[in-house]
Amino acid sequence: MIEEKGARELCESILLHCKSNPAEVTLQYNDAELTRFANNNIHQNVAERDVEVTLRYFIGKQIGTASTNRTDKAGLDELVEHAKANARTSPADPNYPGIPEPEAYQRVEAWDAITAACSPEKRARAVGTVCKMAEEKGLNASGAFSTGSGALTVANTQGVFAYHPQTTADFQTVVMSEDSSGRSQESSWKVDDLNIAGLGKEAIETAVRGHNPRRIEPGEYSVVLQHYVTEDLINSLNFYGMGAQSLEEGRSWMNDRMGIQVMSSNVSIWDDGLDPDGSPLPFDFEGVPKQRVDIVKQGVVMGPVYDRYSGAKMGKPSTGHATPISFRDFGPLAINLFMAPGDSSVQEMIASTKKGLYINRFWYTRLVHPRDCVITGMTRDGVFMIEDGELAYPVKNLRYTMPYVQALTNVDAVGKATHILVGEFGGISVRVPALKIHGFNFTGSTM
Amino acid sequence: MRALDLANLRGAQYADVRVVNHREESLSVKDGIVENLSSSETEGVGIRVLVNGAWGFASSREINDVEVDRITAQAIKIAHASGLVSGEKVDLGPKVTSQGIYQTPVQIDPFSVSMEDRLALLMNADAELGKVQGVRTRQSHTTMLKEHKYFANTEGAFTEQTLIETGGGIQATAVGGNEIQIRSYPNAFARQQVTGGWEAMLSWDLPGNAQRIASEAVALLTADPCPSNITTSLILGGSQLALQVHESCGHPTELDRVYGSEAAYAGTSFLTTEKLDNFHYGSPVVNLTADSLRPLGLGTFGWDDEGVPAQSSPLVRDGLFVGYLMSRETASKLGRESNACMRASGWNRIPIIRMVNVSLEPGSWKFDDLIADTEDGVYMESNRSWSIDDKRYNFQFGTEMGYEIKNGKMGRMLRNCTYMGITPEFWNSCDAVCNADHWVMWGTPNCGKGQPSQVAHTGHGTAPARFRNVKVGVLK
Repeated sequence: MIEEKGARELCESILLHCKSNPAEVTLQYNDAELTRFANNNIHQNVAERDVEVTLRYFIGKQIGTASTNRTDKAGLDELVEHAKANARTSPADPNYPGIPEPEAYQRVEAWDAITAACSPEKRARAVGTVCKMAEEKGLNASGAFSTGSGALTVANTQGVFAYHPQTTADFQTVVMSEDSSGRSQESSWKVDDLNIAGLGKEAIETAVRGHNPRRIEPGEYSVVLQHYVTEDLINSLNFYGMGAQSLEEGRSWMNDRMGIQVMSSNVSIWDDGLDPDGSPLPFDFEGVPKQRVDIVKQGVVMGPVYDRYSGAKMGKPSTGHATPISFRDFGPLAINLFMAPGDSSVQEMIASTKKGLYINRFWYTRLVHPRDCVITGMTRDGVFMIEDGELAYPVKNLRYTMPYVQALTNVDAVGKATHILVGEFGGISVRVPALKIHGFNFTGSTM
Repeated sequence: MRALDLANLRGAQYADVRVVNHREESLSVKDGIVENLSSSETEGVGIRVLVNGAWGFASSREINDVEVDRITAQAIKIAHASGLVSGEKVDLGPKVTSQGIYQTPVQIDPFSVSMEDRLALLMNADAELGKVQGVRTRQSHTTMLKEHKYFANTEGAFTEQTLIETGGGIQATAVGGNEIQIRSYPNAFARQQVTGGWEAMLSWDLPGNAQRIASEAVALLTADPCPSNITTSLILGGSQLALQVHESCGHPTELDRVYGSEAAYAGTSFLTTEKLDNFHYGSPVVNLTADSLRPLGLGTFGWDDEGVPAQSSPLVRDGLFVGYLMSRETASKLGRESNACMRASGWNRIPIIRMVNVSLEPGSWKFDDLIADTEDGVYMESNRSWSIDDKRYNFQFGTEMGYEIKNGKMGRMLRNCTYMGITPEFWNSCDAVCNADHWVMWGTPNCGKGQPSQVAHTGHGTAPARFRNVKVGVLK
């Protein structure tokens, strides 16, 4: 791990090489460990220590980028030379708005020393607990328990310097029998906040309840969706339309819908990098402080998130949502998402359903058409038929094809509890409730 | 060697070490503006140890004695922790003692081509895309990478490899009303990629294909939609078939999935071991091969990341399922020997079973004859979406473009094409595969698997093929 003082010195030493031209340095330190298990034993157990140093160098509106993980003198000299050479080759980008001026950002706590020091023995013992619980039920547990620490630093020649240390912890397990499975997951920046035995119990109970699943006919069903499914709904809408670039290019589900109510009035979605109930990050990868952004408010489409580039093109200020340079082609992205809770428990949602499906998780979800964010995917790790307000019997997995905008139009109830999940891809955190939705479209079934 | 000696000294029964330097340069142009021009480098060392039959792995970007000692000790400590919850003791089978040097053959080292020349090619393609009215967004890009790695193990193996890849493509997006349509070339998502040099990029002739692609994107806005929920004959173009092979042939034949190692993440497989040599995966015209020798394939190398030499082995012969993609550990469990499928995405990842070049061998048909032989059906090409269940059984794919086939002729263009199926039913419905003249090695540089995640580059040789009684047109 690099302390703030060391990060500042490293950034300054790189920027010094850029002399009179504007430049921006990003440092991402990462010290990560992961214990993976399958068949009730640990089969993969790994650790890595890395840093990515990225330099953007500017000659007027010509931009060159280079990155390295070598922080010795030769490595950094090469970094600077590559960035300069790339800038010299690149024609000017007339839309480039320049690097940001310094702005105060609010520090937010996301570092836990216990998490940073978590040992492989501690992870192994926790994994062992879940494996033993599964074995005692004649089940097969697999999953991963990861802990890590890191720091993001952004600095530029205008005087921006932003530093944010953080820790991460995540436990996820799939517990299987011959004909059923259950899954649970929890993320936190404090490892001791994870209720690992509870997560194991949750997955085991789903697997035990899921024996002898029946095949049912595809078609439209009311569904009660665990928060794991809600995470997929919200993140898909994020990837395919919450960023300003997709809106500007006409391929967002938000296009032509700004200020219009297109979802149920009990749907509110926002991004907030400062909320410690998420996985906080107070500034973006340009060093711009993060703003809270309402994306959907009581069903009304409010607007996308911006970085400086997309903001400049669309006449808006950055909301602090620039992505890492290696992902910048994608445009700005919300990475600290929240969905407002409602007033129902999952049990109440089930009790209020005459006939429908309870679904634990979606799997392999992919965009079929961008306009309404039509997604296809499979159910996985727990599907049950609801009849007369009770879970009646387990069901074989189903394929669905559904416009996610429509899905959030059809929301009948929102869970009162929210849960945070941090995805492996980009560290995007989403705090979401369970949902009850009518008219969900299933198009096929499987083994 | 210091790491291996120290691992031995600390009680490892086996250890291997990889030192990797990976350089990449990419350039992308959007609407006539350079969107990205970047160079990246990452290097480091990873050590994998087996202690009392349990694995540990540690890695670091710093390659010096002090750090190598630290991560070796860390790997041993991690292996001891694994031993707290261990199952069967790992058996790696026969020793691997490979020695040698390998380099990807190239005619033009892509890194020797000036950025100015690369930019000129993309700008030329962008200008050609821009000549078509109605295109909303134009994109073109190229990527090249060079990975230099050493591998050594405690059994005496020592290899050195330099792998070189070149990739690129173009894409046009058209928007009108509620329609958004994309066309890509030469491969979906504008990214064909091969092991090879700049000559590959030149051979694709991006500028020469740009206007066609752009016109197709615009035409798709007003094309008729794919017929809804019908069952018909389906002919898949080569690049779409490559992804079909990747998802429904490559992944289910990964033996680690079969043994449950990926159950919590990538999933398992319906191809369980009792089906080996005993299951009609496809019709008699279906022949699938795993190999790491064929030119241009992204799965082509000298040795895998366990030091096992590159080779070719059958997965499906005349429709019968006969082989898996295997590591030393999983092959030993099955009573076979590894067929060199263990690859790590970098110095900071362990090797896991990955596809090499999993290819559908060519058949006997000329493409025009295949169309002429099809009374009713749909031709689809270039992937737009893909989804398959965790056992690799139930799938649904969407393509950028399709054409109706009527009375042996290509008819009207179709938009928003999708098809769905069940893997063995689908491959058993395959009644024709085009010949070697139509066979192309496609690149899939974005295959995700493993925790922490790893992105692998895989190759898939295919020629267009026909499938009977396929459900198409599932959109809503």
